[in-house]
Amino acid sequence: MDFQLTSEQQAIRDVCRDFAREVVAPAAEELDRNHKFGYDIVRQMGELGLFGLPFSEEYGGAGGDFLSLCLAIEEISRADTGVGITLEAAVCLGAAPIHDFGSKEQKERWLPDLLAGRKLWSFGLTEPEAGSDAGATKTRAELRDGKWVVNGAKQFITNCGTDISAGVTVTAVTAKANGGRPEISAIMVPTGTPGYHILESYRKLGWHSSDTHPLSFEDCAVPDEYLLGERGGGFRQFLHTLLGGRIAIAALSVGLAQACLDASLSYAKERRSFGVPISKHQAVQFKLADMAMETEIARTMVYRAAVTYMKTDGETTDEARMLAAMCKLYASETSKRAADQAVQIHGGYGFMEDYPVARYWRDVKINEIGEGTSEVQRMLIARLLGC
Amino acid sequence: MVIIELFSSLTGGCLVKIVVTVKQVPDPNSSTVLEADNTLARDKEVVLDPGDECGVEEALQLKEAHGGEVVLVSMGPEPAKDAIRKGLSMGADRGVLISDAQLAGADALLTARVLAAAIKAEAPDMVICGTESYDGSTGMVPPMLAELLGMPQLTIAKKVEVDGSTIKVHRQTADGYQIVEAATPVLISVTAGIAEPRYASLKGIMAARSKEIKQIGLGDLGIEKGEPAETIEGLSQAETRKAGVIIQDDGTAVDQIIQVLVQAKVL
Ligand SMILES: Cc1cc2nc3c(=O)[nH]c(=O)nc-3n(C[C@H](O)[C@H](O)[C@H](O)COP(=O)(O)OP(=O)(O)OC[C@H]3O[C@@H](n4cnc5c(N)ncnc54)[C@H](O)[C@@H]3O)c2cc1C
Repeated sequence: MDFQLTSEQQAIRDVCRDFAREVVAPAAEELDRNHKFGYDIVRQMGELGLFGLPFSEEYGGAGGDFLSLCLAIEEISRADTGVGITLEAAVCLGAAPIHDFGSKEQKERWLPDLLAGRKLWSFGLTEPEAGSDAGATKTRAELRDGKWVVNGAKQFITNCGTDISAGVTVTAVTAKANGGRPEISAIMVPTGTPGYHILESYRKLGWHSSDTHPLSFEDCAVPDEYLLGERGGGFRQFLHTLLGGRIAIAALSVGLAQACLDASLSYAKERRSFGVPISKHQAVQFKLADMAMETEIARTMVYRAAVTYMKTDGETTDEARMLAAMCKLYASETSKRAADQAVQIHGGYGFMEDYPVARYWRDVKINEIGEGTSEVQRMLIARLLGC
Repeated sequence: MVIIELFSSLTGGCLVKIVVTVKQVPDPNSSTVLEADNTLARDKEVVLDPGDECGVEEALQLKEAHGGEVVLVSMGPEPAKDAIRKGLSMGADRGVLISDAQLAGADALLTARVLAAAIKAEAPDMVICGTESYDGSTGMVPPMLAELLGMPQLTIAKKVEVDGSTIKVHRQTADGYQIVEAATPVLISVTAGIAEPRYASLKGIMAARSKEIKQIGLGDLGIEKGEPAETIEGLSQAETRKAGVIIQDDGTAVDQIIQVLVQAKVL
């Protein structure tokens, strides 16, 4: 067993760390305050190669591995989780399904722009009445005259409404239940298709620099070759997509937990009470020690899950599923505790937007909800235990 | 007329090969630790010298404008490959590492002799060095190297212009800059202000894996170590700064401050 990153992984982490510190962090406060999407940052991330990091060179990827992507997401999220989720969703939910399940034509048409970060693709699974229970999808798609006609609604969709959003992959029922589950397929809908409506963006508690909208589809017709992967393969595909997504979003949580530790440690060394820096009070030290320990455990879990996922080569094994659920659950709850303690360590200042920890505290809650709630992760773990 | 201009702009800037000397140094963000023999402890976090990073950037910009190949040459222990690899990730073409147990603790002259021998074999049109290394800070290697290579040296350059085989630099001075030129092959030492180093792109990092880093020893260069020209005889701590005097203003503060300044011979 060897816990060393390869020299490429280290180099990728280091360049992302520098980029996050020098480019992403200085803009974070303003993007958060004004609920602005960081176009300029996304452009620079594209030039750096972040959106193509784990994909093959054939379509303009960097040929890196999935663990490298997790390292990148961790570092970017340490500066701004809103930018971190933009990257995570664009790569794991947007581009990866096209890369993994798309036809040659689909890949050639869309991937070069997506992997360069010039365009973003989104993934529409969640619906007003189908979140955790994603199989309850009500959106329908019917094949009429060689076109898929989509009707329905999607909700909380990341990256769908920016100036550079190229389209969305939606899951839809393509045939009624025949005793068992209904047939669910994935269909690609380019932005601008008549009948595809991107509704007004949400007012969110956090992740203000990320783009999230509800979508509605009214007789929205796309050519039949816009089906992604095989007909009826939708359920299997999104389980696969969500597996990588879970590990990647756990990396986002680790980045945020680390940011909480960074901010708390430096504040605790400066802020004085009772004649000493508060870092000399044991009660504060213990909080910092716990934050550091839990962050490291979460990080180790993420790396292990990422390496296991890489080895499965597209197959979703029980081991990968177990580790993905565990690291998503543990890292998100760790980041939540870390953000809570970070505000506590900052005292009254922690409640003020002058310090970044207030933003961390608002940003962190979604980690326990998005890409499968903590309850869902516990259900998955219990199911894999044989309950 | 048009034809001539076109011609001169075509030959205007043709560089065939640029060598950049690069060094791996202890991370400037960490504290300095010395070994028992007063040499720097190098077993901690190490990075590509930030000054050399600017040199690599300048070379890459020259390559982008004028073509040619960028070769990185470094002397150091095996892990110094990482510093070369960093430059390759930024876009340099290949690297040469001179690594030899006998070179541990090498002084400036030995370093210059070794680098000169390796660079000679490359026969470059231009050699770019940082003005001084972050760690040793002798600033002696670039001039020694120029002498050993028989090249004119353009030092402390904050801007480089290529016009055919004439290289013109803006040489930083205390109150401005001088314009100095020389014909290739030429050695240039650059300031940190010359170019903001780019981020190594992720594609660059992956591509660097397959770029060549040739490793050679003293024997390959036909160099004998010889006696060091300089050794560190002794070392003493810089005087720690004394705490300042705080004067409460009881109405006589100005007089007290004047007295302090007179005592310190400032006034
Ligand atoms: C900012 C943001 C961005 C998002 N981006 C995307 C995106 O890009 N694409 C996309 O498809 N979705 C996206 N989502 C949706 C997200 O994945 C869902 O919100 C999440 O899966 C939870 O679904 P839900 O909101 O419908 O909650 P529900 O499923 O309604 O859950 C409500 C509560 O009930 C609990 N619960 C539900 N079922 C069970 C059960 N069987 N046992 C125990 N507890 C249960 C849940 O854990 C939760 O606590 C995003 C959400 C947000 C907030």
